[in-house]
This record gives sequence, C-alpha cells and structure tokens, in this order.
Amino acid sequence: MSDDVLMQGNEAIVEGALRAGARFFAGYPITPSSEIAQAAANRLPAMDGVYLQMEDELASMAAIVGASLAGVKSFTATSGPGFSLMQENLGMAMMSEVPCVVVNVQRSGPSTGLATKPAQADVMQARWGTHGDHSAIVLVPASVAECLTLTVRAFNLAEAFRQPVILLTDAVVGHMREGLDLEAFDGLEVITRRAPTVSPEAFRVAAHDEDGIPSPLPPFGSDYIYHANSSMHDERGYPASDPQVAGSMIRRLHDKIENAVSTLTDYTYIGPDRPDVLLLSYGATTRAALQLVVDHTERRPAIGSLQLRTLWPFPDDVIRRFTSGMPVVVPEMNLGQVVREVRRVVGPHYPLYSLTKSNGLPIAPGEIEDYLTGVIA
Amino acid sequence: MNWLLEEAMPFFWCPGCGNGIIMGSLFRTLESLGRRPQDVVAVTGIGCWGKADDYVRTNSIHGTHGRALAFATGVKAANPQLTVLALMGDGDCATIGGNHFLHAARRNLDMTAIVANNFNYGMTGGQYSATTPSGTRTSTSAFGNPEDAFDLCAVAKSAGAAFVARSSVYHVRLLDQLLAEAISHVGFSLVEVVTSCPVHYGRRNEMESPVAMMRHWREVCLPLKQYQALSPSERQGRISIGRLHQEEKSDFMTRYRRIQRRAKGGTDHG
Repeated sequence: MSDDVLMQGNEAIVEGALRAGARFFAGYPITPSSEIAQAAANRLPAMDGVYLQMEDELASMAAIVGASLAGVKSFTATSGPGFSLMQENLGMAMMSEVPCVVVNVQRSGPSTGLATKPAQADVMQARWGTHGDHSAIVLVPASVAECLTLTVRAFNLAEAFRQPVILLTDAVVGHMREGLDLEAFDGLEVITRRAPTVSPEAFRVAAHDEDGIPSPLPPFGSDYIYHANSSMHDERGYPASDPQVAGSMIRRLHDKIENAVSTLTDYTYIGPDRPDVLLLSYGATTRAALQLVVDHTERRPAIGSLQLRTLWPFPDDVIRRFTSGMPVVVPEMNLGQVVREVRRVVGPHYPLYSLTKSNGLPIAPGEIEDYLTGVIA
Repeated sequence: MNWLLEEAMPFFWCPGCGNGIIMGSLFRTLESLGRRPQDVVAVTGIGCWGKADDYVRTNSIHGTHGRALAFATGVKAANPQLTVLALMGDGDCATIGGNHFLHAARRNLDMTAIVANNFNYGMTGGQYSATTPSGTRTSTSAFGNPEDAFDLCAVAKSAGAAFVARSSVYHVRLLDQLLAEAISHVGFSLVEVVTSCPVHYGRRNEMESPVAMMRHWREVCLPLKQYQALSPSERQGRISIGRLHQEEKSDFMTRYRRIQRRAKGGTDHG
C-alpha cells in the first residue's frame, strides 16, 4: 500500500477522467464542484490538455461538445443551478450524439438553495431535465474509489453509446476524503474512440447498427466531413422533417439506451441471503445503509443493502430480483424520487417504505435504524 | 472547389434575403484563401442565417440558439489547426448570445464570427432584436421600438476583439476583402454584414422590395473615414463600413501553449 494517497471525491473524478483519456475540461466554478475544475486546471496543461473557464454553464456544456467533435474526450462539472443551465446543450449532445461526461455534484435546492449542503434531489432532473424524448445514462458513486472508477466507466459508456453520460454525485461524496491505492486502478479498461470503417464518401454520421448505436465519430479535420446537428436530421446529419425519419430517430435515441439496460446496470448487494428488510440506496445514503448492515450482522432484523450505481436507465430487473416480499426501505436525501420508480416496478401492494430527508443534512445510520423500528414492528 | 451543398438546394431563405450574397462571398473567400472543406468548421446557432450550415460542404455544427461561439470555442481549443467560423444572426449573436459574444471577443481564440445583421428576428416572424434601431417597426414594435440598439462592432472592439469590420450585402467586393482579412487575422475576428430582410424588416419600414433595401444600404453605409468626418447628428441612421479595428496580439492558444510548457516544468519562452 505504498501508493496510498488521501484523495477527495472530486479530485478522484479528475484522476478517473485523465485515466480515461479526457484532455479537455470546460466549466464554470460552483460549490460544491469547484475542486473538479481546479484539479482539471492544474493537471491538464502538463498532459497537453486544455482547461477552459467559460462564461457560464451554457457555454461550458457547448464547449465540451465542440471539443469532443474535434476528437478530444471532454468533460465538465457543476452543481444544481449550473446543471439547470446545462440542460439546453445536454440536449444538443443527446440529439447530435456527441460523447462527453457531465458531473453534477448535487447540492440542496431548489434554485440556489443551500449552496454548501448535500442533497440527492436531481435524480429526476438528470433523467428528464432536457426537453423532448430521450434517454439518459446516469451513474452514482458512493465512495472516493467509485468516483474514480465510475468516471472511467462514464467516459467508456459515452464512447460506446455516442452519448453524454451524467455522473451524479453529491456534496458528501464529492468532499469526503478516503485513502486510495492508485496502482490498484491501473488495469481499468479504457474505450478509445473508434474510427469509421467506411470510406469518407460512404460515411453517414447518424447511420447506426441494429442496436441503434450510431457510427463511430471521426474528429473534425479528418477526411470525414460531416454535419453535427441539434435539429432533427437524417443519417447524413442534414435537416429532416419527414415524420418517418423523425419518429425513428427519436425512438432510436431512446431505445439505444433502454434496450441496453442489462449492460448498463451496475449494483452491489451486501447482506444475508434472506434479509428481513432490504435497504435500497445510492450515493451518500449507501454509506449509512452499509453501516447498518455491518452493525446488524449478529442481530435482528437481518438487513441487506442493495446499492444502485446506475440509476438511469432504471434497473427494473434488478429491483424485481431483490424484492421477494420483505419490507424494502428507500432512504433518499430528497422527498422520494427513486422510490417512485421502485413503486412502479414492485406494484401498489408491495411493503415499500420511503425514508426521506431534505434539509441539507445527510441521512445518518441511526436515523435509518429508528425508521426500521416502525417498519418491522 | 465546390463549397455549396447542391443537394440541399433550394435555399430556405425568402426572395430578396441577403444571406445568399453573404454565402457566396464566404465561399469565394475560402477558395481564395486555399482552405479545404475538411479543415473548415462552420458553427451556427438558430435563425435564418443560422441555417447557413445546411448549405455548406464543410464540417458543421448546427447548435442551440445563441451558443455558436461557445461550441466554436471548444472546437478551436481542441484542434487549433481548424478554420472555425461562427455564422450567426443579430438575434443569435447580439441578443440571446450576447454573453458568449463578449467573452469570445475577450478570450481571443483565433476564429471568425460572421454576423448577418438584418435588424430583426426573421425566422420567428420579424420581432425586434438587440440591433433593431430605436423607433423602427417590427412585429413586436408596431408603434416603434422603445429600445436602443447595440453597435455590434463597437461592442466587439471594446470587449477585446482583434479584428472588427463591417460591410453590407450591397458592398460585396468590400465584403470579400474583409472576410479574407478576418479569417487570416490571428485572434477573434468579427465581420458584421448588414443584410436585407425585405419580408419582415423592410416591409414594416418602407423598404418592402429587395431593391429598396439595397438602395438603402447604398445610401446609409459610408466608408469609415467619411463616416468619421460627419457630426454626431449627421451620423444618425448612417452605418460605418470597412475595417474598423485591427490589433496584433497573441491569441488564446498561443498563450495556453506557454502555460502547457510551464506546467511541464519547461521555460515559458519561445
């Protein structure tokens, strides 16, 4: 463990991004994400990368789309108010299918809310924030190590699906420090951008395979000339208003993600084979849940913890598999966003409980324990 | 070189629109400068001139309203070898995109903004924009525009643009020359092109025919020296054209290369 370093969640995101090959960051400072911009500004220049401090989050999101089209893996980081501003060009990235990574270190809202306090209340915004039909890939880390690994995965999925990927973290995970053995991450798989397999003449920027995955994206400046289009377009990227073209495009943008849910799903179950109660959590809240599992190994009720690392597309099958009749509690630092999806999956009669907290403070293990007393009574 | 994407014809622009003239000038300029389509990225936002990307044989980004310069900034910073052109209208550049315009001029990446200023939002039906002259009529200012207009070139110069010029769609040879100078100049360049929208702006301001609009530009546009010789009251309604500002200064990427060398522990000279 000679390489143990004490690293902050936000710093680990930059570590992961650089390992994934990202060489471009554009952003605008905002608490509690600013350490990501700072680490990017400090580390990118020596790697021939570029840090751009933009005039706002609209521009930050636009700049990373532009950089990605020029062939450089790119990312940005923000928090609630900035994430709201990014929705416009996040939609552009979805529509023109440009790989990039957007980090939202959630803070308490609505609006400018509690700038320095954590929350998990952007779960639905991450899925539905930009207008129009589309799908989203949203990953949620619960530790500093996961900040690193999920950032690498976010870049990989962005390339594999030619899609912006959202890393949805929070002020607890972003600001806490944990020891990391960096060498342990040296073997992480990194997907580099593919080159088209057809000639420049035959290249169609929005052509796709049977799974809806679009063709590889060549960098601007190569012999492959193409149009990246925010408006409805055909396979060549040219504007199209034909209902058939529009309908199949919108369905494809949706289906390429939703049909890949089993590939995208990432979760961990820890606990007994047959728990008396299941805690279903994600992000900072998972830490409290795991503490309870440890505390209750020799006690009743026997607690199991199901941690979701992929929130979107929502892992319906995993939820079904783990909800075999025992009470399920979903603790969240919001007024119940993920529990709605769980209810949709398990049906109206399942013993499902929503433990919510939305006051700028994290959920402590003791609070879950107290809540369980009522549930298991 | 054929720069026009012929399969996208006919233009969506109205008869009498000046945009085709600007496009022709741009294509002649790229040809005369010896650029290759694969090295050019045309970035647009939304609006009538914001559809210019539909007709070019170069790379293009058709982005969101007002953000063309922000997309262009990312492209240029990621690959400084590219010729990056931001094609925007007055609504796109000066109004919804005003913040990006200011900061692009200040940041000074080596790219060129070509702004078609038709003094109103043509695509959405002729509403007033940030360049609509005070008192003129549009679909949302039937009784006269209560707001003052931006002088885009003055704004760009004070924000730090390295090259600022203006022409009109009547003064096409001047436009050819200015576009070539702007694209060649290192740093952020602006070419504002005063253009005709007879269908919306002209119709509501006693210039209903395309010819009337052209006559108007011929009358009100003056070379900079002649314009400067006028008294402030004589300048009312007049538009200065020509190269309005030019400055040699290191562009963003030249400075950033120095930062990269410093970060690697090298010297920041040379």
